[in-house]
Amino acid sequence: MSARRPRYWALVAGLAAAALALAGCAAGSSGSGSGIDSASPSTEPKLSGTVTIFAAASLTEVFGEAKTIFEKQHPGVEVVLNFGGSSALAEQILSGAPADVFAAASPATMTTVADGGAAAGAPTTFATNTLEIAVPKDNPGKVTKLADFADASRTIAICAPEVPCGAAAVKVFQSAGITAAPDTLEQDVKGVLTKVSLGEADAGLVYRTDVLTAGAAVKGIPFDEAADAVNDYPIAVLKDAPSPDAAKAFVDWVLSDAGQKLLAKAGFGAA
Amino acid sequence: MSAGVVWIPALVALAVLVLPLVALVVRAPWGELGTVVAQASVVQALGLSLTTAAASTVISLLLGGPLALALGRTRSWPAVPRRLLRALVTVPLVLPPVVGGVALLLLLGRRGLIGSLLDAWFGITIPFTTAAVVIAQVFVSMPFLVLAVEGALGASDRRFEVAAATLGASRWTILRRVTLPLIWPGLSAGALLCFTRALGEFGATVTFAGSFPGITQTLPLATYLQLQTDPDAAIALALVLMAVSLVVLVSLRDRWIPGLAS
Repeated sequence: MSARRPRYWALVAGLAAAALALAGCAAGSSGSGSGIDSASPSTEPKLSGTVTIFAAASLTEVFGEAKTIFEKQHPGVEVVLNFGGSSALAEQILSGAPADVFAAASPATMTTVADGGAAAGAPTTFATNTLEIAVPKDNPGKVTKLADFADASRTIAICAPEVPCGAAAVKVFQSAGITAAPDTLEQDVKGVLTKVSLGEADAGLVYRTDVLTAGAAVKGIPFDEAADAVNDYPIAVLKDAPSPDAAKAFVDWVLSDAGQKLLAKAGFGAA
Repeated sequence: MSAGVVWIPALVALAVLVLPLVALVVRAPWGELGTVVAQASVVQALGLSLTTAAASTVISLLLGGPLALALGRTRSWPAVPRRLLRALVTVPLVLPPVVGGVALLLLLGRRGLIGSLLDAWFGITIPFTTAAVVIAQVFVSMPFLVLAVEGALGASDRRFEVAAATLGASRWTILRRVTLPLIWPGLSAGALLCFTRALGEFGATVTFAGSFPGITQTLPLATYLQLQTDPDAAIALALVLMAVSLVVLVSLRDRWIPGLAS
């Protein structure tokens, strides 16, 4: 956290400078070209302050980009991102963490928060994610299909059934009629990804978005049964949000065409 | 000096250390504690935790004790290599355990510096085995033992050893009859710290050894996993781990460290 601060401030300063430059341009060419950046600060009630987003770890990269774009559109707003496992975040929110928005990787964790009375209004599904087989780039176990996960001689990493990615894995194995022979049941999807990208596991089950963020070290293999365990990502403004207006604006942006396009680029499916 | 100068910060310190545990105890689902703890999976995880932590402590004593003795003999060295050596021994203490786990994978994993050779020559792979759990625990907990023993060595009066030598005692006799008794409090305190640190070890274990019931899933790993679905059960498991640590600390401290007992 603390290591990020200096960069964060540099980013804020940079954005402020960019906003000033943009303002200068806009003043110079006033009257025309209103189509660009339609959500400009002048057309909406001016938002300001800090908006804190608690988001599932799998959203780290894409929400990082969303922050940059959103802050550019709302120069008075600072977006603070806190990533973690959905269940841990839900626990933090219910314990009174000062968050404005919760974006979860599973409907169940969002339900925990809503049942605890911490959500303002009904959550909206903003994205979906599907499982893919992840193998090290040279595929040492020669894994090509889901049935290869039943082979005890291969080193297999999947998520524990207690966490969302593991529950999804159980579902696809059931619908494929496969008894998997895992060597480790990881606590989260990044744990699986680490083992695969370092070549310690011959194959793992992760989300499509994780394969994309892992880059060249990991190869993704889509499989048909993944359609049986599509994971919904719900988002909601929280009841005790310190900045409810900015929170709503952020959620609206995530649900907007621009937000959905960004999510699609990161490998998420449409809601 | 007024008594408040010591007592007030001391009480604050005690509160910082103890209040989170009090909260844990207050939130604990006492009614279902029995059923949670009696679960076969919990007994299995606790058994694995106790055996691996004991194994790590024995290994740390056998290897870390001599390392501390050797470090004690570097006092005549120039400052730079001596400090560098001590810093290297301390690194696992300040390293985030998850990073330690990655480092172990890069060394002993199937593609690691040494691990790849083990795999090619003997067909041995270490990750995802109980041995990997012990290695991860030794990596994070042995520095406690080394530092404690080295501290005790530094504080002990080396003239006893010199005296024993002039009286004709062999080096082995000096070690056994003079040095070890001198550093015994440090050694036993270090071993205790080492054991309890190994018992609570999470990050390096989950990264290097993975998590599979009965093989690599120790109690801290099982606790964290429970937190995802059943926070109450996780609190119950945390209480078990806390109780085991307390029993070990209280019972062994008085027996093994007479100098520190009240």
